Amino acid sequence: MSYDKRVDGRRPDETRPIVAKAGIIKRADGSAMFQMGNTVAYAAVYGPRDLFPRFMQNPQRGVLRCRYNMMPFSGAGERVKPGGSRRSKEISMVTEKALLPVLNLEDFPNAVVDVFIELPQTDAGTRCAGICAASIALADAGLSMRDMVAAVSVGKVDNMVAVDLNYAEESYEGGDVADIPVAFIPRTGQVSLLQMDGLIDAESLKRALELGKKACSEIYEIQKKALKEKFASGAGVNGNGER
Amino acid sequence: MNELLKSNILKWLKTGKRYDGRGLEDFRPIVVERGVTKNAEGSARVRIGDTEVIAGVKLSVEKPYPDTPKNGNLMVGAELLPLSNPEFEAGPPNEEAIEVARVVDRGLRESNALDTKKLCLEEGEKVWSVSIDICTINVDGNLLDASALAAVAAIQDARFPGYDGKTVDYKHLTEKRLPMARTPISITVNKLGEFIFVDPSTDEEMIVDARLTVAMTEGKICALQKGGSTPLTIDEIGRMIDLAKAKAGELSVKLK
Amino acid sequence: MGELLVSDKSIVVPGEEVAVGMDFLPTEGVYRDGDKLVASRLGLFSVDGRLVKLIPLSGKYLPKKGDVIIGKVVDVLISGWRVDINSAYTAMLSMKDATSEFIARGADLTRYFTFGDYIVTNIVNVTSQNLVDLTMKGPGLKKLSEGMIIKVAPNKVPRIIGKQGSMVSMIKDATGCRVTVGQNGIVWLQGEPSQEFVAVSAIRKIEQESHISGLTDRIKAFLDEEVGKIKGG
Repeated sequence: MSYDKRVDGRRPDETRPIVAKAGIIKRADGSAMFQMGNTVAYAAVYGPRDLFPRFMQNPQRGVLRCRYNMMPFSGAGERVKPGGSRRSKEISMVTEKALLPVLNLEDFPNAVVDVFIELPQTDAGTRCAGICAASIALADAGLSMRDMVAAVSVGKVDNMVAVDLNYAEESYEGGDVADIPVAFIPRTGQVSLLQMDGLIDAESLKRALELGKKACSEIYEIQKKALKEKFASGAGVNGNGER
Repeated sequence: MNELLKSNILKWLKTGKRYDGRGLEDFRPIVVERGVTKNAEGSARVRIGDTEVIAGVKLSVEKPYPDTPKNGNLMVGAELLPLSNPEFEAGPPNEEAIEVARVVDRGLRESNALDTKKLCLEEGEKVWSVSIDICTINVDGNLLDASALAAVAAIQDARFPGYDGKTVDYKHLTEKRLPMARTPISITVNKLGEFIFVDPSTDEEMIVDARLTVAMTEGKICALQKGGSTPLTIDEIGRMIDLAKAKAGELSVKLK
Repeated sequence: MGELLVSDKSIVVPGEEVAVGMDFLPTEGVYRDGDKLVASRLGLFSVDGRLVKLIPLSGKYLPKKGDVIIGKVVDVLISGWRVDINSAYTAMLSMKDATSEFIARGADLTRYFTFGDYIVTNIVNVTSQNLVDLTMKGPGLKKLSEGMIIKVAPNKVPRIIGKQGSMVSMIKDATGCRVTVGQNGIVWLQGEPSQEFVAVSAIRKIEQESHISGLTDRIKAFLDEEVGKIKGG
């Protein structure tokens, strides 16, 4: 038996349904929600703002600081203990690296841009949803960026190369599975996040990345739309209610 | 202290109004949504004006505490997420977060909101443990009342997962609801000068002299928490409790 | 000949191609990539002859020399004050720029300005490292001792002020409130509470509806109606 039909009936190159919205958190300088299937990510941007302690400052450019966190009730199964884990630390770091190439922070020496990613509900692909939300939030905050960043997980389930694996596919037991979270800078087609676990041959990996690139250009359009919708209404007012 | 802000808010209170046009006894619009996150056994989102919190309930089977071998466990946590307010920092819960969690906890526990005896599976060995976590999404005043409301709504929304005596099946929730005995309501009354009012905005919260959170159920008071560094007279406490009681109905409608 | 890829005054997002051709010149918020011009921030696309730029729709206030702003004192130092100016950086007000009075060394600086005080101040200098220097010497610069402070989106400030201050004058005349709009998006108002409420509501309305044409007429109608209500009832 091989995996030739996806559990939820999607085509191999089809992502789960996506919903994106900009400007969901009033107190933040920029914010967004990004939902991919059952995975929901919120992101808020604060800054550029003063960075303390001083030794963390960079006199050449602003610092980007990301924090990825799962809410305690967000996971399938047992409660996630709050306070972060080795996993969330690593994801925070790779998220930072995925977003940094598009940001122009030279105008903000010694300052920090904080990105907080929170997941109220998870079902695979959380770091990618987080990066997509963060990218919208950074643009919403009015930061100077060469491009957006779009992310999706690609992979191989048994013989099928596919995009946006869900939890059931990630844990498929009938054959080898490879899960490859990847982020693209849409204009240049460059990859700014690449991780993988599982087993895959080099040929399939290349095919998977091509699928990812295509999916990310679709995601970019959704990100774009979310931002335009917010500001088209003219109600684009961030960071209010604060003294 | 911010004197400019304080004198102006006082000037407004004297006219019986607040910055946003509300009267002293008016809440901002309250919205309660249930079932807002799929992986929790129960969840709720509460908005009071621009303040927004999510509460989620997770259930697990654990050993009871030695002093209550026949009772299920109840745990309340609150995370003041740095995404919700420019002043919150990442890190372990600070005093403010712990206070929110403990005040919500006491309101639930002391009102006997949950009949914890009905959470016992095997005396002294196995009981259901109910964990309620509150996460802030946008903070614009009156986090205490929003959190307490969300916690109760999330419990109301919760259903037991499957359990075969050995493992909990989180994928398949049963139709069975948690054994709720009472529905507590918490209302925080704030004092500034001679004025008392409910549902403070961020600005008002910054400058109030004192606050009193009153948790109530079925006409009785089940928990209190005084905050702020100004002392209160017995007379003031009486007036604050009266106002809390008068407003309780408005909130309990949201939990029907 | 080059070609515009999006229409004038439309909203564009980072990475979006706005024009193609070497005859267009990228200015604020736009960069060149080969023969393409690409948006480097979220903004309103604007073409002026061959110059293309983006007008910001969000973002922090960027301090500019000469701007009159409203700041909040957040620290009292040995030789001056640190002031929050609603920007990425706090600003400095040094002793010598604080007052025309002579302040002796070691004097208690909180006698002049203390924590939490709001001041109307002027930016005298912004360095390449974004160090911002303030002064209190100049007409209208002062400590605010009563009234209320609200925060508005810095990119809406020009609309709130209006052409030659027409919009803010209209609000002042209608409500009898004193109003100072800082370029950094901090607004000070002072008047009767009910009139303050109308003034704040009008400012919020401008913020929300600044993109819809006929703003001045709508705000005038709004002020007339709301002020009428107060007088009537």
